[in-house]
Amino acid sequence: MISITVLFFASFKQRLNTSKLELEIADRSSINDVCKQLAVKGEIWQQLFDQPKEQVKIAINQQLGSSESLVANGDEIAFFPPVTGG
Amino acid sequence: MGMKSHSFRQLQADRSLSKQNKPVDRFLEITDSALELTKLNQRVQSSEGENGAAVIFTGNVRLANEQTGLVGMSLEHYPGMTETQLNQIIDNAISRWHLTKVVISHRVGYLMAGEPIVFLGTAGLHRKECFESAEFIMDYLKNDATFWKKEHLVIDSISEERWVEAKQSDIDSIKRWQAN
Repeated sequence: MISITVLFFASFKQRLNTSKLELEIADRSSINDVCKQLAVKGEIWQQLFDQPKEQVKIAINQQLGSSESLVANGDEIAFFPPVTGG
Repeated sequence: MGMKSHSFRQLQADRSLSKQNKPVDRFLEITDSALELTKLNQRVQSSEGENGAAVIFTGNVRLANEQTGLVGMSLEHYPGMTETQLNQIIDNAISRWHLTKVVISHRVGYLMAGEPIVFLGTAGLHRKECFESAEFIMDYLKNDATFWKKEHLVIDSISEERWVEAKQSDIDSIKRWQAN
């Protein structure tokens, strides 16, 4: 097992009422596996990860990633909606 | 003749030196206090002759017709990642255009209608590279930089909050840079 930190921003943070959590997950897990493990936490979690891919942005250690990317022990994973700055 | 030839070579050397990329004067801040436009303007426009042109852009919290009831906006960001992304966007602009200065200041926190959200300034030798690079930086900032806006509205004395959704026109805006 490895342990990772998961962050949520903006509307995701508000919907889940969670900005940060620690997660234990099997070695060689992908972002997809992280989503699956989080989706079972409840209906709102499931709904969030059921959205079309382009509505759920992913960062791994503060670099954009994809659902196929693998996670490593100590990684900082973030989920957020498309950005709207400027 | 010898002297002339030497001077010519010297001149060529000087010219190529001036073409080399000197370190670009870069300023980047993400702040929860009001943008200091006068200071930021000065930072872009001050020149000892190295800038032939400067372009300045500000994006503000607007009161458009469809948004009647808007009283303010709050902005959230991903500390660390946002700075890294903005620096990458600046790096890309510097590699495409010969710039002398790039200044970005972006607000986070609560903003009232009319307040500036973002200030961008580019300076360089000629106006074309300043205009183009400013558009390039803003297009990528709107698509890539991890900021999120939430509108605060008061409609019939009832307060509402609404996360702003990303616009297709912003997504489309970077296509022209990818094509080039």
